[in-house]
Amino acid sequence: MRHFTTLLRNELWRLFINPSTYIAAFLFLLIMGFLFQLILLDYAGDPKEDNPSITFFNLFFVPVFFMVPLLTMRSIAEERAAGTIETLMTTPVTATEVILSKFCAGYIYYGVLWAFTASFHILFYSFVQEDSLFDPYPIIGGYAYIAVSGTLFLSLGIFASSLTRSQLVAGIVSFSLVFGFIVVGSFLDELALPWANQPQWIELLANHTDVLQHMRDFSSGVIDTRAIVLYSSCSMAFLFLSILILEYREGAC
Amino acid sequence: MEPTEHTIEVENLYKRYGKLEAVAGISFGVKKGQIVGFLGPNGAGKSTTMRILTGYTQASSGIARICGFPVACHPHEIKRRIGYMPENNPLPLELRVREYLKCRARLKELPLRHRGKRVDEVMERCDLTRARDRIIGKLSKGFRQRVGIADAILAHPEVIIMDEPTIGLDPHQVIMIRDLIASLKGKMSVIISSHILPEIEMTCDQVMIINGGKIVGQGTPNELRETFIDSTIYELEINGDLADLRESLRRVAANLEVAQFAEADERGFSKVTIRIPGNHDYGEMLFSCLSDNPLIRARSLRKREAPLEDVFLAATRRSWETLDTELASNSDDADSENAPKEVPAES
Repeated sequence: MRHFTTLLRNELWRLFINPSTYIAAFLFLLIMGFLFQLILLDYAGDPKEDNPSITFFNLFFVPVFFMVPLLTMRSIAEERAAGTIETLMTTPVTATEVILSKFCAGYIYYGVLWAFTASFHILFYSFVQEDSLFDPYPIIGGYAYIAVSGTLFLSLGIFASSLTRSQLVAGIVSFSLVFGFIVVGSFLDELALPWANQPQWIELLANHTDVLQHMRDFSSGVIDTRAIVLYSSCSMAFLFLSILILEYREGAC
Repeated sequence: MEPTEHTIEVENLYKRYGKLEAVAGISFGVKKGQIVGFLGPNGAGKSTTMRILTGYTQASSGIARICGFPVACHPHEIKRRIGYMPENNPLPLELRVREYLKCRARLKELPLRHRGKRVDEVMERCDLTRARDRIIGKLSKGFRQRVGIADAILAHPEVIIMDEPTIGLDPHQVIMIRDLIASLKGKMSVIISSHILPEIEMTCDQVMIINGGKIVGQGTPNELRETFIDSTIYELEINGDLADLRESLRRVAANLEVAQFAEADERGFSKVTIRIPGNHDYGEMLFSCLSDNPLIRARSLRKREAPLEDVFLAATRRSWETLDTELASNSDDADSENAPKEVPAES
């Protein structure tokens, strides 16, 4: 792992000097800001039980659907299309270092984007009535969930990008994988219709893969280790697969 | 082949893409400090061979060794010993020249204390100092090409592999690159492929002509000339009649042929090209024959070295002919199993 820091620094530097990074961040914050404002407008008209921050976190999949493919589709596919992967893989770096540096750079960017949304909550709580109760735990839980699930979503994106040399294909595959994981995972029991009487294990599995339920748990302050294990093990599996694909296609060990 | 003697050894290398044989049994060795040129038409297997040597592509069978290490088993050992510049010279377009080279120096494991100095040194050598803080994407083709070359020589590699390094450069830059490559002679083993044949001839100790995945000619440019060019060519400037010239030259060689006879200039001299089959020195005989004939006055006589281009064309044509005969004989075999096997005619 000698070259990991060099590669990571290079990846981060390239993100830093690229104007599209800032455009993407701006649009992300704009959309998230609109969402938050809509939620607040909704709350202003019709009082609700839940904290608006919780409702905000329950919509986390909206930015994930478009941000994750856009963030990760470039990583390997772009290098392959430009040919720079050839100069990279003929230096003494390993495929593991390359994949992990791409993943970490993407993860850091993803984390920074979400960190900016913390300002919404800060603004919100600085303007609410003084006697209202401030409960930080749903916010902490919500961001913890974003951090844990981010590892999986980004590794799905990196995996999709390592499959192909076309960024478009990588983006579509990545979107399908993320969409599949969130939607199919959340509604697995409803989707398993062909079985007239559902076997027991489908229900058990569906309990584990319910992404929306995980978010609700985390944002109500329940840190569920089963979800953490699921996300981290799946993300490691997909990163491992990406490393294998890169080794196979670009001949590095 | 002694591993100590050769820095690059290739034995019976094959690379198949499905039914297509991109490399079909190539064997060669490159000594330390030698500069070897790969010549061949497009799709001959030059780039594939180079990629196998760098460990980027895996061979289907055969052994490639760099500094005694087999490429397939020790990819890391060989990657520390090579500098590679791929075809089309891919570069990250958003970085600055110095930034890029510094990052490459770190990846190539140059020690920290030499890094900055070495980067400045290669920029100086490749005439990039003026462009050090410019963005690679905004550079002209010649500058980009030199960034690629600077990257290849950056970490003092023992073996440098460059796929068409002088493509798209202007004559000044070509001369600079040629001098640069020539200055590596004796220190590093260099393999370059190029379509610019005079380039190869001027810089390379050894030339390998590849066609259809096979080596069809190998040796120094002079050796190749002797193998593939079977006639001697002279250029003369004479004042006289063509018939008289033919008459007097008949004594030199019976099968002498006047290939070209240009119009006479204002002083009555015309340029004549004559071709004599076989590789011999006819210079003295030509002089004596010409001076014996009072009707002909000669102004100059010069032996013309066949350009490498002719060697290249002859070698590839010959290999294609062999290939065609083989294909023809194979299809004949398929048509009639019992028919006697056709022997491919050697040209």
